[in-house]
Amino acid sequence: MIEFHNAGYGYGGRELLTEMTLSLAPGSFHFLTGPSGAGKTTFLKLCYRELQATAGRVSILGQDTRDMGRDEVAQLRRKIGVVHQDCQFLDHLSLAENVALPLTVADRPRDDQDLVDLLAWVGLTEQIKARPPELSGGERQRAALARAVIMSPDVILADEPTGNVDWEMSLRLLQLLVELNRMGKTVVIATHDMHLIRQAKSQVQARVLRISNRRIQQSGADL
Amino acid sequence: MRTILLPFLNFSESAQGRVVPPSGFTARLTVLTAAAMAFLAVFALALSLATGRLAERWGNELARASTVRISAPEDQVDAQIKATLDVLNTTPGVASARALSRDEEMALLEPWFGPSLPVDTLPLPALIEVIETAEGYDGEGLRLRLAGEAPGAVLDDHSRWRRPLIKAASRLRFLGYVSLILMAGVTAGMITLAANAALAANAQVIRTLRLVGATDSYIARAFERRFTVRGFTGAVIGAFFGTVAVALLPSAQQEGGFLTGLGFSGLQWFWPCVIPLLAAFVAFLATRFAALQTLRRLM
Repeated sequence: MIEFHNAGYGYGGRELLTEMTLSLAPGSFHFLTGPSGAGKTTFLKLCYRELQATAGRVSILGQDTRDMGRDEVAQLRRKIGVVHQDCQFLDHLSLAENVALPLTVADRPRDDQDLVDLLAWVGLTEQIKARPPELSGGERQRAALARAVIMSPDVILADEPTGNVDWEMSLRLLQLLVELNRMGKTVVIATHDMHLIRQAKSQVQARVLRISNRRIQQSGADL
Repeated sequence: MRTILLPFLNFSESAQGRVVPPSGFTARLTVLTAAAMAFLAVFALALSLATGRLAERWGNELARASTVRISAPEDQVDAQIKATLDVLNTTPGVASARALSRDEEMALLEPWFGPSLPVDTLPLPALIEVIETAEGYDGEGLRLRLAGEAPGAVLDDHSRWRRPLIKAASRLRFLGYVSLILMAGVTAGMITLAANAALAANAQVIRTLRLVGATDSYIARAFERRFTVRGFTGAVIGAFFGTVAVALLPSAQQEGGFLTGLGFSGLQWFWPCVIPLLAAFVAFLATRFAALQTLRRLM
C-alpha cells in the first residue's frame, strides 16, 4: 500500500527523517507516535506526497512518488483520505459542501443520500448547513473525517485527530477510524496520546510506529 | 430524516466555481479596469475606422478631381481657356470641365489672404476644374495634347497632395490599431495582477483544494471563470458608454471640419460589440497564465 525504501527527508541542509524502510500493508492499522517535532507530520506528508522524499524511494499505491507529475499527485490524493489537525476547510462553503469537496473537484456525481448517510455516520446531520467556523473542535474533526472518506479511499491518514477534542470525542473518533479499518481501509493515526493507543487495543489489531532520532522504529508486538 | 435534509444538499450548479471565495476588492478593480479600457477602446476603434474612411474619401475625391492652371499673356487667356476646354471635353475619361469664375478663385484664396484681397490686380492664373469619370483619363496623353493646343496650360492631378494626405490618414489609422493592442495589453496586465493578488489571498483555499485532489487545471478554471466574467462585465459597461459618447459627437454635416465624421458608420456600429468578447478572451488568457504560473510556485 505505502512503502518506504531507505527513504529520508531533509530541508535546508537539515535531515528531518532518515533511513526509513517499512511497508504499510493493505487493511493494516498503525499508530505513529513520537515527541512533538519528531517528524510525525512530515512522515504523513510523505505518505500523500505533500512532500517528496529527498533520499531513497517512497511508493504509494504502487506508484513511485519520485516520477509523479502534478496531475498524477492530484489523482493519487483522491485515493488517500487525510484528516489534518487543523482540518483545513473552506469557510465560505457549508459543511455539506466541504464534505463533498473531493467529489466536486473530481467532477464526480454526488449522491445526496450517501452524503446524508455519511454525515449521520459521523453524527453531524444537525450541522449540515453550518459553516466551518460555527462548528466545535470535535465537529470539525468528524467533518474532516467524513470528507476524508467520501471518495472511499484505500488509505486514511489522520494527523493528531484528537489533539483538540475531549476524551469522549477522542473515543468517538477512534471508533469511526476502527470502523473504517474493519471495512478494509489502511489507517495511520499520528498521535502522542498513549491513552488513546491503549484504548484501541481492545478494538483493533494495531501496530505502533515510533519516530525517534529521525528514524522509524516499529514495535514488534501488536497492541 | 433523509427527506428533511436532502433539500439542504441542493448545491447550486456553480458549486465548482464557488470553491474560491468571493473577493470584493479585486472584483471591483477588475471590472473598473475592463470598463475603462473598453471605453477607451471604443474611441480608438472609432478613430481607426474614421481615419480609414477619411483616407478613402480623400483618395477618392482628390483622385476624381484635377485642375488645369493656365498662365498666359492677358490677351491669350480666353483663347487658351477655350482651347483647353475643347481638349478636355473631347478627352475620354473626363466627365466634365469648367473654368472657375473670379469669385470662386477668390473664395479659394480667402482662407489664406482674407476677404480684402484685390484679386483683379494680381496676375492670378485661370483655373479649370476637371472631374473624371470612374475609369479616369490618360494623364500623360492629356498633357501632351494640352501642350500642343494651349501652351500655357498645366495639368495638376493632385497626386502630390493626395499622397501625404492619405499617408497621414493611414498613419492615424495604424496608431488607432496600435492603441487597441496596447489597451488589450494593459487590460491583460491589470487582470494578471488582480489574479495574482486573488491567488495569493487564497493560498490556503488552494492548499485545501490540492489536498482533496484538485488538479491545477481545476483550480485555474475556478479563477478563470471569475475573471473572465468580470472582464466581460466591465467591458460591456465601458463599451456601452463609449459607444454612446461616440454617438453624441458632432456629425460631419453639422460641423464640416477636419474632425467631423469621427465615429462609426453603418455596420461599423456593431464593432463595439466585439470589444467585450475580446476583453473576456484577454481576461481568460491572462488569468490562466497567472494561475498556472502561481500554482506551480505554490506547491
